Amino acid sequence: MKIDARGKQCPLPVIETKDALKLAAPGEVIEVTVDNEIAAQNLRKLAEQKSLSYKSEKIGDREFLVKISASDSPISEATEEDAPNLCCLGQGTVIAISSETMGTGDDTLGKLLMKGFLFAISKQENPPASILLYNGGAKLSCEGSESLEDLKSLEARDVTIFTCGTCLNYYGLSEKLAVGSVSNMYDIVETLTKASLVVRP
Amino acid sequence: MEEPIVFCKGGGCTAKLGPGALNSVLKKLPKPNDPNLLIGFESSDDAAVYKLSDELAIVQTLDFFPPMVDDPYIFGQIAAANALSDIYAMGADFKTALNIVCFPEAMDLNILGQILLGGSEKVKEAGGVLVGGHSIADQDVKYGLSVTGTIHPDKVFANNACHLGDKLVLTKPLGVGIICTASRLKAASDTALAEAIRSMTTLNKYASEIARKYRTHACTDVTGFGFLVHLSEMLGDNFSARIEKDSVPYIPESAAYADEFYITAAGQRNRNYLGSKVETSACSFAMQEILFDPQTSGGLLISIDPSDAESALAELKTLGLACGIVGEVTEKLEKSIYIV
Repeated sequence: MKIDARGKQCPLPVIETKDALKLAAPGEVIEVTVDNEIAAQNLRKLAEQKSLSYKSEKIGDREFLVKISASDSPISEATEEDAPNLCCLGQGTVIAISSETMGTGDDTLGKLLMKGFLFAISKQENPPASILLYNGGAKLSCEGSESLEDLKSLEARDVTIFTCGTCLNYYGLSEKLAVGSVSNMYDIVETLTKASLVVRP
Repeated sequence: MEEPIVFCKGGGCTAKLGPGALNSVLKKLPKPNDPNLLIGFESSDDAAVYKLSDELAIVQTLDFFPPMVDDPYIFGQIAAANALSDIYAMGADFKTALNIVCFPEAMDLNILGQILLGGSEKVKEAGGVLVGGHSIADQDVKYGLSVTGTIHPDKVFANNACHLGDKLVLTKPLGVGIICTASRLKAASDTALAEAIRSMTTLNKYASEIARKYRTHACTDVTGFGFLVHLSEMLGDNFSARIEKDSVPYIPESAAYADEFYITAAGQRNRNYLGSKVETSACSFAMQEILFDPQTSGGLLISIDPSDAESALAELKTLGLACGIVGEVTEKLEKSIYIV
């Protein structure tokens, strides 16, 4: 994530970076540009207090680029290259939902549980990178679903919401999709195999 | 769309130029050589003292800064209390004051009226007279006073005349810079801000009058350079000090706000200025920030004969602000200040 804190007085650069670190994936590098050395030093204090690795370089007459890694591992050139490719909010976590109910037993209870699950996910400080909805799960992202608001709020926080296109067709819901985008089996395979953690409620 | 005029952008003594920057410029100015100038700027003292006769000297100082609180009336009170503070740090009596005003032409004049009202009330409380002023149209609000006081030339509290073994007494709690910073970002509690305002609007007159009753060897007021830089100036090259961190009064919430990084650029400049001259390793991060925190209208730091310290403190406590004996003056060691 990149923060341009030039022209902002202390403590704003530090406070904005502190807030960004709360949302960052482990190992993600936050790059902050500031226009004075004191701000860079205050950012170093932030990194030191949170035991995060820190790097600062003067890149212009009144311009300092500070990099703070959201972990204590040293900031290597490689992580700098890789970091921007990660989804800003992602932890590599994917939630795969294959039914509109959660667990087996009573379906009314199962629907309530699934609604509660998505609500709780939407309130997490670190939301997942993506949510995959297939088979009965496809109904959750369509008009009439009680989880639409939660999914929309997750989408607004850069969570990718993928609903299986074949499933929408099968249930006759192709025109009813209300949040996220339609995906095919290649997307689903790629998302699942690249995930560092797959959560299946 | 026109940018709304912001009254409070982060002011008070946090807006001061850094001590390092200032020293490098002042060093290059020609030194005055008038024997009647008892204290000028070379000793980084709070105010200038000029002898008129063997019994009488005038004390001159001025201070002004941008608002550090949103309420213009309270800002006026704080700015005046802060400007008057230098007089009291010298042990002098306040006589006259002139307003210093910078104010945007587009801003509501009632705001200026509130600022000046707050200022004039503090001048009145201090027992002096407001005799005039000067105003400039400027981008941002700034307010303060130019102040004149009188003193007997032999009774001046120098800021750097500590004696070995003196106790160090601080008359107000630290942390107001951190609290005003947190408040500006809507992160301070009402209680914390109210306590900071109560401290900043309190005149150092009362503490100064108590200090005069005892064997006070040196006195300064803690302002923009923070507790540690002001202390190090007081110690000079001849002494060191041992500060007991658990005895330093501070507004409790300031520690939590420092841990959330509501810290200023000025605080970091103070830290850079002292560098390795202070041993802070026994201190938590928050306590270090509090000790370096720039204070607006901070308390007096008094270097007092050890046998007088307890009685003076007992009297200071009746003034109602957190205060304490924070440490003592020791022989000169490798570092200027050791916090234990």
